[in-house]
Amino acid sequence: MKIVVLMKQVVNKDAVLRIKADCSWIEESDVALQTSESDGYALEEALRLREAKGQGEVVVCSVGTHAAKSVIKDALARGANRGIHIINNEPHKLSPYQTAKMIAEVIKGENPDLIFTGLQSDDLGYGQTGVILAELLGIPHATIVIEIDRSSLSDTLRVKRELESGWYQWFNYRLPALFTIQSGISQIRYASLKGIMEAKKKEIKEIVMDAPAFSSAQKIQKVYLPVKTKQTQILGNGDAKRGAVELVEKLKNEARVI
Amino acid sequence: MILVFIEHKDGVLNKTSLEAITAAQAIAKDINDRVSAVIPCDDDKGLAQEIANYDLEKVIVATNPKLNVYTPDGYADAWAEIIKREKPQYVVMSHTYQVRDFAPKVAARFDREVLADVIRYRKEEGKFVFTRRIFLGKLDADVVLQGEAPYFVTFQSGAFRPDKAEKGSAKIEKVEVNVSEIRMSPEEPFQETKSEVDLTKSEIIVAVGRGIKSQENIALAQQLADVLGGDLAASRPICDAEWLPIDRQIGSSGQTVAPKLYIALGISGAIQHVVGMKNSQVIVAINKDPEAPIFDIADYGIVGDLFDAVPVMIEEIKKLKG
Ligand SMILES: Cc1cc2nc3c(=O)[nH]c(=O)nc-3n(C[C@H](O)[C@H](O)[C@H](O)COP(=O)(O)OP(=O)(O)OC[C@H]3O[C@@H](n4cnc5c(N)ncnc54)[C@H](O)[C@@H]3O)c2cc1C
Repeated sequence: MKIVVLMKQVVNKDAVLRIKADCSWIEESDVALQTSESDGYALEEALRLREAKGQGEVVVCSVGTHAAKSVIKDALARGANRGIHIINNEPHKLSPYQTAKMIAEVIKGENPDLIFTGLQSDDLGYGQTGVILAELLGIPHATIVIEIDRSSLSDTLRVKRELESGWYQWFNYRLPALFTIQSGISQIRYASLKGIMEAKKKEIKEIVMDAPAFSSAQKIQKVYLPVKTKQTQILGNGDAKRGAVELVEKLKNEARVI
Repeated sequence: MILVFIEHKDGVLNKTSLEAITAAQAIAKDINDRVSAVIPCDDDKGLAQEIANYDLEKVIVATNPKLNVYTPDGYADAWAEIIKREKPQYVVMSHTYQVRDFAPKVAARFDREVLADVIRYRKEEGKFVFTRRIFLGKLDADVVLQGEAPYFVTFQSGAFRPDKAEKGSAKIEKVEVNVSEIRMSPEEPFQETKSEVDLTKSEIIVAVGRGIKSQENIALAQQLADVLGGDLAASRPICDAEWLPIDRQIGSSGQTVAPKLYIALGISGAIQHVVGMKNSQVIVAINKDPEAPIFDIADYGIVGDLFDAVPVMIEEIKKLKG
């Protein structure tokens, strides 16, 4: 059994974002990077499924700059078997269809039984690269998968989709299939020291690839700070303790909710 | 033509589709075109009649026995056929979980992608400029479409008002569509067994996000909730980490609440969280990051460390309550 896991490098959640002078994108130099959250869960679920099956291969694939190598290395340290790095220097300019097309090109020959991705990236949040990829590869897909019935794995697999407002639904899928994984599907393991050592010997295939031509790509014209719509009273003027005193006073006497 | 998707479960309308109708009607006005609604189903159970009361060219009921329950394969086939027939300029949908599941697949069949989760649009020099939230709500991006129609656009819930959908009277057209093999079999949807806490009844909610840092620190938020006589809730990552049970989760995949007072501690304010609490009467946000999107919906904010603010709040409230 072979599972390909798609993982993306994004800026760190707590990083302060600085917008470029021409507003075309953010300043990416010196900004801390990390793996997009739900992709980490996609990897974890792939590893658990391989463990449940007792055999198989987990292949990590990432489209990104040279820096994205660290996402792959980290995945290998956690237990993935090998990596494929599709090197592209301006991944933020790729539209989801273009990214899917690049990945399809590379993993077609892999013939995976399963493909896992996070449900959407923490930066651009298109939420569709996986779905488009499934269509390009001609395999079925499910999005927002929050549980996998590992014991059901045969030439089919039973997965639980999250619906809105606390509803869920199980589906049975014929393999090969692609699933986009929701955060929280299982607790993510840490890389062990042994894992980190072993990762050094694992293969990472590098493929340099430009964006494929795609005339219907959506194009970002400008990025900017959202315009605030609500008047927020900011209390304490940077002093959180003073703000707390003022807040309690306001909640009591102005808003009258306590 | 502009096509708008009517989402339903067994003929019961998903109300966000009315927002999609409003959005589609707005786009239609701007490009001087008409809107038609599409209902994929086996039996519409009177839904077409309900939708025909809006100002639409027609309501297309795309039927096939295989469309009796939602599957991405079934819906993709139905949509592909309708799009080939109607040759729309735009296909407009609400960005629901179901739409996320099938819309990119339909678009890909036409060598397109979806301009997804749009919060607003404007016309600039004869072209539409759409705005999406990126970086989990921290920034906005203006995005333009390129290439030829059809264009696929989905709007975030709340971007348009459902009660602004214009009324009218549309004809109903029934189309039997072809659906090929369905490669997934769905079971019945269900709700996880109901929890002990019903946060929808709480008057005061203290909600913790990732800014709380560790499970031990949740005790501090609990103390604040206790002195206020309120309940503890959380953002999704806190429940994902199992620091609090899932029934405490607020947001699109958790509970929707509207208490008198909602205090968000170390919560950034991602849309999926905000949809679950934005109707609270008074919203307080305590966050280190002055640009955190939660401040956009807060009535009162403290920019700073929650570990400085919360102990002081507890003391002050204790004093008040004497
Ligand atoms: C399909 C889907 C469904 C989802 N459903 C839900 C849902 O139902 N509910 C939900 O909540 N999320 C949901 N999410 C996830 C959502 O997108 C966000 O990832 C999540 O809400 C972020 O949680 P957070 O604000 O706690 O964490 P973060 O976004 O990491 O924010 C943490 C915040 O804490 C602040 N902070 C850090 N330290 C301190 C400190 N010492 N003092 C003060 N502030 C501090 C930081 O500045 C930051 O703003 C869903 C996502 C998807 C894609």
